[in-house]
Amino acid sequence: MVITPINNGIVIDHITAGKAMVLYDILKLSELDCAVAIIMNVDSVKMGKKDIIKIDKVFDLNFDAVGYIDPGATVNIIRDGRLDKRRHLGLPETVTGVIACRNPRCITSTEQELPQVFRLTDREKRIYRCIYCESKAKNH
Amino acid sequence: MQHLIDILDLTTAELDALIAKANDIIEHPADYAEKCRGKKLATLFYEPSTRTRLSFEAAMYELGGNVLGFSEAQSSSAAKGESVADTAKIISCYADIIAMRHYKEGAPMVAAMNASVPVINAGDGGHNHPTQTLTDLLTISREKGRLSDLTVGFCGDLKFGRTVHSLLNAMRRYENVRFVLISPEELRIPDYLRQELIKEGVEFTETQSLEAAMPGLDILYMTRVQRERFFNEADYIRLKDSYVLTPEKLAGAPADMAILHPLPRVNEISVRVDGDPRACYFKQALYGKYIRMALILKLLNIE
Repeated sequence: MVITPINNGIVIDHITAGKAMVLYDILKLSELDCAVAIIMNVDSVKMGKKDIIKIDKVFDLNFDAVGYIDPGATVNIIRDGRLDKRRHLGLPETVTGVIACRNPRCITSTEQELPQVFRLTDREKRIYRCIYCESKAKNH
Repeated sequence: MQHLIDILDLTTAELDALIAKANDIIEHPADYAEKCRGKKLATLFYEPSTRTRLSFEAAMYELGGNVLGFSEAQSSSAAKGESVADTAKIISCYADIIAMRHYKEGAPMVAAMNASVPVINAGDGGHNHPTQTLTDLLTISREKGRLSDLTVGFCGDLKFGRTVHSLLNAMRRYENVRFVLISPEELRIPDYLRQELIKEGVEFTETQSLEAAMPGLDILYMTRVQRERFFNEADYIRLKDSYVLTPEKLAGAPADMAILHPLPRVNEISVRVDGDPRACYFKQALYGKYIRMALILKLLNIE
């Protein structure tokens, strides 16, 4: 199967196999007006299997969201057909606008214009808590 | 500008300074009678409270300041749908400091993010109540003369009791403090808190027997075991009296043990205990006013 290289855009590589669709949804890639290729279950020397997302446009990507969903993923920014920048993500300290607090007693349940912000409180166990009520986020 | 949203916003050095200030206020009240002249405290209470609101108001009056605010959401613009963020911005125009109680968890933090004056969390649902913890710390410090080298027993509902969690978090930072956690199986401390205590090497034991724990305690912190916390009525009936403090149960307690309770009490401490010199819960309510005076001064940067 051949996917042509992109000239200007973003390649999210080393995605844990099966997580590409989660990222597609969380990053709202369906709302972009450009081509998006989701390549799943590709053979990988390091990972065995992996997913890749190619986006035919450089846009303001929520890196924290990618790191939260899949900290092992790398983001490559391609400009004029060349690799312009590569970022290894890791777990972000905070994620904004990705997780919604499910605690019905949280202030965000009634004041919905508030930004949904979660902070990493336990790196080892990958626990994020709502900055307002400290409820634990459900893992993706 | 500093706010107080969570007790962990304050370092132990800041806690010690607040306690020292409260002690000085108790010793020399006249020196503080004019400290907040011309300043206004807004008490924004979206849910009813007697002690907390009145102790804040008494604290500000005793500092020579004034108080404005509301004591239920229905009499505020929240009833018209105004957001906490907007209310905080507006009240910042009228007051020098805000004390907020809200039924939604995190509301005072939202207020702090939007206000241009200091915000004190006066209780946000079942989440935090840092000025109660300050009150507890001042009481322990005055009764025992220290906050380190203590064995502190918590009795009752340790699962949902925010005052318990908050005091545990504050006191575990002091040297050589041991906890005895006395509760029915259903109401033990949440697992995340237990894991944190283990991780930090804090010494604690868990037991179901108040009588057995009593002889080793310096402090006994009582809370109420509520009927609605139980899955079945039979368990509640079986356990409810185990966690009611009576003079008979106190027979095995040290003569200098201090009994604390965040109040309101319902029936978990018999009124026959009130006359016991170890009963500190009414004094605790008084100390609540002094520590709030110290806190208001600190947040307003008044010496």
